[in-house]
Amino acid sequence: MNISIKATLMASAFAMASPVLAAGTHPETGEALADDQTFTYRVLDEHTSVDPQIVEDVSGSEIVRDLFEGLYNQDEKGNLEPGVALSHSVNDDNTVYTFILRDNAKWSDGKPVTAGDFVYAWQRLADPATASAYQWYVEVMNIKGAGPVMAGEAGVETLGVKAIDDHTLEVTLNSPMPYFALTTTHTSTFPTPAWAIEAHGSDWIKPDNIVVNGAYTLTEHVPNERLVRERNEMYWNNEATIIEKVEALIINDENVALTRYMAGELDRTEIPAGQYPALSQSNPDETTVFPRLCSYYYTINVSDNAPEFLQDVNVRQALSMAIDRDIIVEKVLQGGQTPAYTFTPGATANFDVPAVEYAGMTQAERNAKAVEMMAAAGYGKDSPLDIELIYNTSEAHKKVAIAVSQMWKQTLGVNVTLANQEWKTFLETRGNQDYQIARAGWCGDYNEASTFLDLVQSGSGYNDAKYNNPMVDELLAGAKTMTDPQANYTKVEELIAADMPIIPIYHYAGNYMIATDLENWPVENVEQNWYSRNLYKIAE
Amino acid sequence: MLNFVIRRVAIAIPTLLVLLVASFWLMQTAPGGPFTSERPLPQQVLDNINAKYGLDDPLWKQLWNYITGIVTQFDFGPSYKYKDRSVNDIIAQGFPVTLTYGILSFVVAIVVGGILGMSAAIRQNSWLDYFAVGITIGAQVLPNFVMAPILILVFTLWLGWLPGGGWNGGQWQHLIMPVIALSTSYMASIARLTRSSMLEVLRSNFIRTARAKGLPNRTIIWRHALKPSLLPVISYLGPAFVGMVTGSFIIDSIFGTGGVGYFYVNSAFNRDYAVMMGLTILLGSMTIMFNMVVDILYAWIDPKIRL
Repeated sequence: MNISIKATLMASAFAMASPVLAAGTHPETGEALADDQTFTYRVLDEHTSVDPQIVEDVSGSEIVRDLFEGLYNQDEKGNLEPGVALSHSVNDDNTVYTFILRDNAKWSDGKPVTAGDFVYAWQRLADPATASAYQWYVEVMNIKGAGPVMAGEAGVETLGVKAIDDHTLEVTLNSPMPYFALTTTHTSTFPTPAWAIEAHGSDWIKPDNIVVNGAYTLTEHVPNERLVRERNEMYWNNEATIIEKVEALIINDENVALTRYMAGELDRTEIPAGQYPALSQSNPDETTVFPRLCSYYYTINVSDNAPEFLQDVNVRQALSMAIDRDIIVEKVLQGGQTPAYTFTPGATANFDVPAVEYAGMTQAERNAKAVEMMAAAGYGKDSPLDIELIYNTSEAHKKVAIAVSQMWKQTLGVNVTLANQEWKTFLETRGNQDYQIARAGWCGDYNEASTFLDLVQSGSGYNDAKYNNPMVDELLAGAKTMTDPQANYTKVEELIAADMPIIPIYHYAGNYMIATDLENWPVENVEQNWYSRNLYKIAE
Repeated sequence: MLNFVIRRVAIAIPTLLVLLVASFWLMQTAPGGPFTSERPLPQQVLDNINAKYGLDDPLWKQLWNYITGIVTQFDFGPSYKYKDRSVNDIIAQGFPVTLTYGILSFVVAIVVGGILGMSAAIRQNSWLDYFAVGITIGAQVLPNFVMAPILILVFTLWLGWLPGGGWNGGQWQHLIMPVIALSTSYMASIARLTRSSMLEVLRSNFIRTARAKGLPNRTIIWRHALKPSLLPVISYLGPAFVGMVTGSFIIDSIFGTGGVGYFYVNSAFNRDYAVMMGLTILLGSMTIMFNMVVDILYAWIDPKIRL
């Protein structure tokens, strides 16, 4: 055999062997996949729980979405896609929803996932004995009989949810709700295995006991250090899963997390405040910025025990107009945030940002108007107003507060006293209307404008301004049953801009460093509901 | 000697009880509670949760239940924040971590600090002395929250020698930086204490007598100078040991080691009453115990104390 034939044979042997040796290619895009499909990401703090009905924090919910699967999932853009449910039908008046479940969904112990598992989970959520912090979500879902069950006045079996057979789930609502199916992507509605919970009690979510129906199962948990989940072979769509192992590392310090990311220990981490401009220069392929469903605002105390000057709409208007939001986002924050003139972010689904008047002015015009209104209220640089602004202790909030107080001082002559408070103390102070102006932030619970605007309803527990406008209440109540509530939302935003009980400042942006080999991060999902099974790593 | 020990133990128990009641009271007077959040819970939900954890009982009853739970079942209660973990779980998983890097740091601090201090004293005003003093001053002025990120920057990012954090079951690579960061300032204090007390002893009359007798230098230092010059160091070692093994918020939050130090500080922010109390009892009894050990050691070294 001469050498060239030998070489040819060797080469062809390699060519045949290589697709087997490597992890292969992505079935849809054809990209070469990396051999090591481990996704490692940083979380700020230890999660509260991985029990779907108990979990209450964002990082815990991210884990739950990998471990369990509800009726519907969200795709890259936040639209519904089938999970355990294949489809659903609705009766004529939008009050009875019937979900058809797939028959190949299994729990990790081999048992089939049935409609009964959902009934159990939803009853468990509503049951006062479970003491879930998300019990109120049953009421948001508007399920019939929720009120009495939650109050402990009726048994959980009276809740309007039943299994017609193993693969048909019927839900009855109190009143028509066109967007009901959207609420089923929330982690608190995910099914839970009754037999595992009965066998192990609250220890059922420990790695040795847990039974899951999602794409991954929990294999290791070291409190405040790491949580590891690995491919669940019993998952109905296991073949489509590419990432083998997901590691969440708890790193409290964001700068250390960035260093470890740079050293290649992490595939994803948050960009520390203020570092986006530099990083987008040095690592342009890895910095990722996208809009979030969150608003940053100042709430003004307009309750009865508020000082008189805050009851004057001129003062509130002037304070809002004198804030140069472009400077806040471009010079202070520098992380892709957008200026806010309305409470609801433009990224919200089916929501057109209303053209409120002051949004269309230049800052010079706004400043001039602000001075005018302040004068009308009887204040000016000769007779300055004294205001106290409180925020919860944080460098980022402090920077914004300092910038705002400077703007108020320069434009209106207002003397601002800044005060920071530790988180829970701050919440008490704000919740008891023991403040003048306070920092606040809100992220949507679901992708619909009411998740923001309901906050200014007079009866809302989150209405720390104690704003009370019967017209707003009426418009919001009306919006609940409308197929297209945009007109009502526009009017509410206009009323907020006119009364200014809250001063919108900016809409948040998500800021990530994402490794160049990690693909398919759902940047267009404004709620950032991501699923590890949709991610993959390419060979570099 | 036995009397002395019994007396110290007898004082320790009421001390612990006072500590317990005081911290319980302080926790309760802090504004907000474990379930205060940006999204205030509906009253009914809050009632359910309070009922589940017995937080709707009067305060004296809560305290009583808590103490009886510990005494009868060794149950330190649930965490209100980390819903599916009890305080016992948190201590069982976090304390061994803390203890491991704490004891290692203690050993490193004593060995390195002791050697540095002694050599500096023996060769006072030599280059060795200046070098040791320089190092200890440098180590003392560099706080560990500055040093830890610098270590990570150098050893993880630039040199790529060590993992930037985590615990990984206590693998040695994961131990090096936390131990350096935690032990450095203690090491510096030990070195300075050893140096100054050794210098003082070396100038005392009995050492002069020993020299006059013509004893070799080695015998003078090891047999006569070492023991008395250790006294001030030992009184420092008790609190230092407790400081190291009770964990460090800085170490845990920068290196992500998962020790109890982070839980301790955060439980106060979270108003996670049971975690806070459990760790107070644990760390408090360790403080009391090691102070006692130091006193006993002291009495053993210096008989004057026993009187």
